[in-house]
This record gives sequence, C-alpha cells and structure tokens, in this order.
Amino acid sequence: MNEQSNWLAACRVEDAIENGGVCVKHGEDQIALFYFTRRNEWYATQNECPHKKQMALSRGMIGSTTDEPKVACPFHKKTFSLSTGECLSGDECAIKTYPVKIENGTVYIGTTPKS
Amino acid sequence: MKEPQIIVIGNGMVGYKFCEKLRSKTSSFNLIVFGEEPRRAYDRVHLSEYFNGKTADDLSLSTENWYQEQNITLFLNNPIVKIDRELQKVYTASGLDYHYDILVFATGSGAFVPNIPGIEKEGVFVYRTIEDLDLISGYAKKAKTASVIGGGLLGLEAAKALIDLGIEKTSIIEFAPRLMPRQIDAAGSDMLKSKLADLGLQIHLNKNTTSIEGDGRITALKFSDDTALDVDMLVISAGIKPRDELAKACGIEVGPRGGIVVDQKMQTNDPAIFAIGECALYDGMIYGLIAPGYEMAEVLAANLCEGEKTFTGFDMSTKLKLIGIDVASFGDNFITEPDCRTIIFENKHKGVYKRINVSNDGQYLLGGILIGDATAYNLLLQTSNNRVVLPENPEELILGTRGGSESAGGAGITGLPDSALICSCEGVSKGDICAAVADGSCENIDDLKKCTKAGTGCGGCLPMVKDLMTYTLKSQGKYIKNVICEHFNYSRQELFDLIHIHELKSYDAVLDALGKNDGCEVCKPLVSSLLASLWNEMILKKGNDVAQDSNDRFLANIQKGGSYSVVPRVPGGEITPDKLIVIGEVAKKYNLYTKITGGQRIDMFGAHLNDLPIIWEELIAAGFESGHAYGKGLRTVKSCVGSTWCRFGLHDSVSFAIRIEERYRGIRAPHKFKSAVSGCIRECAEAQSKDFGIIATEKGWNLYVCGNGGSKPQHALLLATDLDSETCIKYIDRFLMFYIRTADPLTRTATWLNKMEGGIDYLRNVIINDSLGMAAQWENEIENLIASYKCEWKEAVENPAIRKRFSHFVNAPEDKDPTIEFVEMRGQKRTAEWKTV
Ligand SMILES: Cc1cc2nc3c(=O)[nH]c(=O)nc-3n(C[C@H](O)[C@H](O)[C@H](O)COP(=O)(O)OP(=O)(O)OC[C@H]3O[C@@H](n4cnc5c(N)ncnc54)[C@H](O)[C@@H]3O)c2cc1C
Ligand code: SF4
Ligand code: FES
Repeated sequence: MNEQSNWLAACRVEDAIENGGVCVKHGEDQIALFYFTRRNEWYATQNECPHKKQMALSRGMIGSTTDEPKVACPFHKKTFSLSTGECLSGDECAIKTYPVKIENGTVYIGTTPKS
Repeated sequence: MKEPQIIVIGNGMVGYKFCEKLRSKTSSFNLIVFGEEPRRAYDRVHLSEYFNGKTADDLSLSTENWYQEQNITLFLNNPIVKIDRELQKVYTASGLDYHYDILVFATGSGAFVPNIPGIEKEGVFVYRTIEDLDLISGYAKKAKTASVIGGGLLGLEAAKALIDLGIEKTSIIEFAPRLMPRQIDAAGSDMLKSKLADLGLQIHLNKNTTSIEGDGRITALKFSDDTALDVDMLVISAGIKPRDELAKACGIEVGPRGGIVVDQKMQTNDPAIFAIGECALYDGMIYGLIAPGYEMAEVLAANLCEGEKTFTGFDMSTKLKLIGIDVASFGDNFITEPDCRTIIFENKHKGVYKRINVSNDGQYLLGGILIGDATAYNLLLQTSNNRVVLPENPEELILGTRGGSESAGGAGITGLPDSALICSCEGVSKGDICAAVADGSCENIDDLKKCTKAGTGCGGCLPMVKDLMTYTLKSQGKYIKNVICEHFNYSRQELFDLIHIHELKSYDAVLDALGKNDGCEVCKPLVSSLLASLWNEMILKKGNDVAQDSNDRFLANIQKGGSYSVVPRVPGGEITPDKLIVIGEVAKKYNLYTKITGGQRIDMFGAHLNDLPIIWEELIAAGFESGHAYGKGLRTVKSCVGSTWCRFGLHDSVSFAIRIEERYRGIRAPHKFKSAVSGCIRECAEAQSKDFGIIATEKGWNLYVCGNGGSKPQHALLLATDLDSETCIKYIDRFLMFYIRTADPLTRTATWLNKMEGGIDYLRNVIINDSLGMAAQWENEIENLIASYKCEWKEAVENPAIRKRFSHFVNAPEDKDPTIEFVEMRGQKRTAEWKTV
C-alpha cells in the first residue's frame, strides 16, 4: 500500500449503487467508484475509458472473470480489472486505480493512484 | 550441401496450397514464389464476398508473416516473363533471374474474352481478381443497367454482384439455350430462370452478341438476331483460358485449346517442370474448380517428398448458392434413359427441381441435379461416390420419407464408409472427422476446422461436417449446448425455463440459485432480458438496474460522446400537429438534435443524463410514452396511409398498425423486433423486410414473418394468408412467444428461423396447427405481459430513488458532464468526433 495523504470524501455509503458504479467529481477529474456488494469490496478507477476516451466506466456493468473483479465499458464492452486496472480484452492501456476506505458511513477515495 | 531450389510461378490458391502442403511435409528445398498480383494469395472462390463487406485481408489465405515463418521467399507484383529451360532459369518483369532445379506452374487461368468488335470499350470488365472487383464497383456507381455475357456459374455470380452493387437492371446473355449448361439440364435451367426472373434478373438465352456499341464507352449490345440491348456496363464471363503463354513460349507441350499438358504426376514434357491448378491440362481436361487444384498440389508435394501419389481425374460435383438459390449437380448428372432410370421431382410453386439418375438395377445412385433445395446434396454425393446401395424406394432420397419412419433415404451419414471423402478440398474423410471428435480433441466446429482442415476450402461440406460431429458426440453420450458464460452452465432456453419454474425475480436471485461467482456483462443483460420477458416488472427495480445493459439502465441509448437520445413512441407513425409542436418545443428547449427515423418517428439526440427525467416529464405530460428505442423489444410498427386516404388501399393499415404497436410495446425479447402494415400489395410500408409484417388482401391480411433489413437483408416468408384481424393477432402472439422462449441471445427472428430445423414449414406447423400443444399457454402468457405494461419512463420520473440515478456526479448532482462536446452542422448540433487516443 502506498502512502495516501489526500483522501477525498466522495459520498455516503447509501449514495453508492450496490453492485454498480457512480461517478465522483474531483476537481477537473472524474473517478468511477464501484460498490461490489456481492464481494463486499470497494473499487475506484479513472472514469475515462482508454479505448475511445469516453467518460463512461462508472456506467459500466461489473462482474468477474475467474476470480478477477472487472468492469465492462458500456460503449464497446472492453473490460478492465478493478483491482489492477489492466485491460482484460484486447490491448487498450491500463486504467488508473485508487484506494478506497470507509469511515463512519462515508466513502473516501485516495486521490494518488495505486498504479 | 546446397538445397535443391523450387520455383513456383503464380501465388494463387493452388500455388499457395502447394507451398503449405510441401512445408507440412518437409523443410528442405529452397522455395521461391513469384506472384503477378500485388497481394498474397487470397480466396478467389469467395471473391464475391468482397462486395459484402469482406476486405482483401479477410480473404487472404495466410497471415502476413506466414511465408517468412515457413522460410519461403515471396515476390509479389513481379511476374515471370521468360523461361530458359537450358540454363534452368526464370526471368522476372523487374529484370531479375533465378535458377531452378524444379519449376512449378501454378499460373491459373484468366477470363476468356471473346473477340467481339468493341470489346475494348470503357465499361467492359472481367471478374477474376480483387482489382477487377475494384474497377467494377467504381464504375457501377454511375451505371443503371448492366449485362453479363455468360450464363455459367461465374456469370451468375457476377450478375448477383451487380445486383448487390445496386444496379437497377441487370441481365444475363447466354449463347446456349440454357443456363449453366455444364451443370444442369433444360428443365433445371427453366426453374432457375424463373426464380432468377423473380429477383429482377433478365435472362436472354440463345443470344449471340455480335458487337459492343458506344462512342468510347459502352452504351449497347447488338445480337445476331438483329436485336439490341442498352447497357451502361458489361461483365464478360464466357469461360476461362488457362495461362499457358509462358509454357508455350519455352516449348512446353500445351493442348490445342490451351492448358499445360501434364501426366498423373503433374509432370510436363520437361521432367524438371510441373503444372498444377487451373493452368494444367490432364487427360484433355482443365479442372476449373478448387478441389481438384488442391488435389494436384497434394500429389506434387507428396511426390517431391518421395511419396507415390497420382492424379487420376476428379469429381466435378458442385453445389452453390446463387442469389439465395441452391444449385447443385453431382456424379453423372446428364446420363439419360435408357442408360439409367431417372426420377424427377418438380414443384413450380416453390421453385424446386430435383433429378436423380439411378442405375437400371435400382442399386446405385449415378448422379443428379438439385435446384431450389440442395439440403440433400452432401448425402446424395456421398451415396453416389461411395456406391452405397440404395433403399427400396430411391425417390425418398429427394422426397423424404412419408409416414412413420425417421431416416430419410439409406442409412444417412451413418451408412457411409469411413473412407468417404467428406471435404474434397482438403481431402478429409469421414473417418478423419469422426476420429478427431471421438478422441476428444475437437468439440466444436472451429476446433474441427483447425485440427482436420475440413471445411476450410470452399466450405460446401460444412453442413455435413457438423452433422458428423453432432452424430459422433451424441453416440458418445455427449450433449452439446451453447452455455451462456462462465457463470451459467445453461443455454438461454434452459435458463428461461428454470427462472420460470423457480419464480426468480431478480438478477441476484438467479445468480444465487442457478449460477456461480459474480456474473459479468454477458449474463447480466441476458438474465435481465429473461426476467423482463417473464414478469414484465419495472426493469430498474433496485438490484436489477445494475444488471441492465447501459441503454436499458438509463432508458435511453448512449451516444458517441456520452450523451443520450430521447425517442417517444409514435404508434403506426401517426401523430397530431399538437404533439409535433411539443416535440419541437422540447427539442428546442433542451437543445436536442432532431431526426426522422426509418421507423416513422422522431429521434432527439444529445441529451445530458441529468436532463433525461425532466425532458420525459414534459413529454409524458403531453401524452407521449417511452418508445423503447433502447430495449430489446418492439421498436416500431410502420404503416402506410392505407384505405383511409390511399385510392388503392384495401383496409385501414394505420389503425391496425397502431393496435399492434400498442399491443406489443415494452415486451422484452432476445433481440429488437420490428413490424409494418401495408394497405395493399404495393407494400409502401415494406412489411416484408420486418420481423413480422402484414399486408392487406381482398379478403383480410397476409402475415409474413422473419424478414430483416439491416446488414443482412432477408425477405420475410409468408406464414398465413387472408386472415381476419383476430386470427392474425393470435398468430403473432404465438409467434412472438415461441421466439422469446427459444431464440439464442441477440438473435433476430430471421437468424432464428434460418437455424430452425424444418424452417418455415415447421414454424407454420407450430403456430397454425399448434403442433407443440403450447398455443394456449403462450396466448395466456402474452396476455399477462400485455396487461402488466406500464410506461417505464413514467415510473422512473415518479420514483425518487430511480430518478436520483440520472445524474452524472454522485457528489455534485446538479453538474453535467463537462467533457461532453458538440459541434455545429447544418443549423443543428452534432456530437464531436471520437477523441483520438
Ligand atoms: C468469382 C469466382 C468464383 C469461383 N467460385 C468457385 C466455386 O464456388 N467453387 C470452386 O471450386 N471454384 C470456384 N472458382 C474457381 C477457383 O477460384 C479456381 O479454380 C482457383 O482459383 C484456381 O487456382 P489456381 O491457383 O490454379 O489459379 P489462380 O487462383 O487464378 O492463381 C493463379 C495466379 O498466378 C498468377 N500468374 C499467372 N501468370 C503468372 C506469371 N507469369 N508470373 C507470376 N504469376 C502469374 C495469377 O496472377 C494468379 O494470381 C471461382 C473463381 C472465380 C473467379
Ligand atoms: S401499400 Fe397500397 S394502400 Fe398502402 S399506401 Fe401503398 S398503395 Fe396505398
Ligand atoms: S470507449 Fe470504452 S470500450 Fe470503446
């Protein structure tokens, strides 16, 4: 784990969508936040899909392949690992992923990317 | 020691196959190939697919690196222009010379161009290479009429290509009194001719073209009977001419009508020189098909590696699909009585003609011709080639059995010997195929193609290869099905029934009960669609919302750039001026781009996610409802103006279209579906291109099903005639439920029908005669779906929890996505181009 000094209070737990994503505004940036209720896990990635640079990943469907959690871009269904950001279909570049923590019912995103 | 050097002239289909075969046997020999064309060998047999979207790369027989990987030196765009047999050297157009120890001609053939005055005019083409096709499609843009000289296999194919290119009037000129004179008889030709005429092709038989008229470019054809025909372009397809000019020039023996003379080992009169493929003349014959060419390649490659193979002639049986019409001939197709017994079946109404020639003792099948329906081709060919003893009533081979008994004719594929050659292009036998399946190495057709190569040539044997695979798998007790993804080990149809039986209502419940792990973007929308088809509950109910495809999730289609479209339903395309004004006002207020669609309604593009609820609120207040343009369900029921205004109209097509659109709106299906109603046979609503279409007749309605527009247009087929409105709707109910229950995911009705065993006859039996005994249940189910219809958008805007989801930022709900960009075009906005990466 890297050192996080900047934690962004993104939203309340109940504002996040169960087994889906929401988009968090961070200045000029957009971060996709996923509440993978089924696995009881939280993930955050860049919202922009590297394929055609669309601000769309937060609207994508999440799921898994073998045990790897992933999100599928709604535009052309390219999939990316939620844990590493790696592109799982074809050779798009990887997406940035961010750490997430929950404190007192608030979801925080560490704004220094993990990868 | 230096390796002996083989030079191959010609990088066509057979030349390529020779390289492949040789390299699969040995890595010795220096192999150098010279090609005249600018690209690597490609699939000439499927050349016409170049017009249907295949690229030159798709047609290529090998990958770019293949030659290098195989240690083959390939020169393209560099024909050999001279051969010196004494020095054993070839000379290239670019001025190089190379020594050969062994020289192989694989120069193929060119189009035979008869010496008609005017043949050199602009607008006259041949049909053999990708370059020819590029020239043809370029010229066709400005042509309205076209002719093809030659009514043989290639001529018909060229004519089809011209129709595909959008030429309004295409005709075929044939010198002989019948079409495809080498393959089919006069009766078969008549049948083919009338089917082709139905499709708008004009056929002129017994026509001898005497000149090509026009000032520089072609404008007309003149014939020996003093008639003439105006045409803008012409494709010559009058036969092939072997490319033997080089061989002839260096003194190698050629036939009187062309072709490099070879023996059983493909050797010419010079022992160091061989010829294979369409340039080779064996036993007085040029084999203008791909399978014998491949066999020649095999014979030569084997012999160069110390094998002992000979070429002893080849079966010239063929099966093709011309403009959607099956045409096949096999074995001794022209033998007539008294040398055999001939059995003929003809159905003019359906355009089917079948003829088989049986030995006089009734024991063996000698050959035959099939037009309009060649499903039995592979089996008949095998029965004849393998001298399988015929059943007592050989007519069953072409008629199918009547009454009782299951197996149609002989013992079917099971009756064939293991040695039966199934794929003649690649020389794969029944035994090879069954063994590859039985030892577990291949479980699907792609594996099978990879490991046996069966079906990778002309593809004609694929149906039989599939049958053999299924048969072998079944006989091993294996059961084949299309499972959905790694999370569900079921087919769509199985899952449908299981969800129904267990009364599961949410995606998670289905995953818990029937699947494993966390699901994915494949099973989520599929299960959501099944849930919607079964229960018709609000698709954005909590938990199910995130399992919807993104279009369903926001009840709008996501567009390039990330904005959404808004499409209210306009049943039957009928709309009042007041409602038109509302659309205009809403579009103006929210700055939306407007366009009238092919489905007779109005799309509004460019809405921000945040604006969707408020836009819909206004539309709903004015009496609109969701148009489901985002869902896999009914899109529109298009209608013509019908008897209320049109002087030809027989019934009120608009009222019927509205009734139907309102009946089926919102019902979810494996894919979208469309419909239309026309008020008379003039068909202004184009009902025959729809998933179901209705055309008024004097006595009622004709119902057509399983048509399709789009990239693979398909004419709808007539299901029932002269129905009253109630019966028509009853049949549509049954049809839709049958489709919803049984189609594979994302399968349109046309494809669903194409895959259905028994085709339209089976479907008709299920829908009209209720052969499955399901009609009452289906009618009941669809009534429930109809009764539970609600406008999704109304529910969404009235439900605060759902409405909350229509904002871009969770932490700044009022802010819109600042990255969405529009540019101006013709006084409206449009989305900016994809941002380049
Ligand atoms: C439109 C179309 C549809 C067809 N459909 C079918 C079908 O359905 N079923 C079927 O069995 N067959 C079909 N055929 C026939 C099949 O394509 C041929 O039998 C096959 O291509 C023959 O292969 P080949 O290698 O002998 O000749 P080609 O594929 O013609 O290759 C010969 C190559 O040699 C090159 N060449 C010639 N001279 C020289 C030189 N001096 N130096 C260097 N290179 C040279 C030529 O440019 C060419 O590239 C069809 C053909 C066409 C045109
Ligand atoms: S299909 Fe017939 S009734 Fe309908 S508009 Fe055309 S001509 Fe008139
Ligand atoms: S933009 Fe995301 S997959 Fe194409």
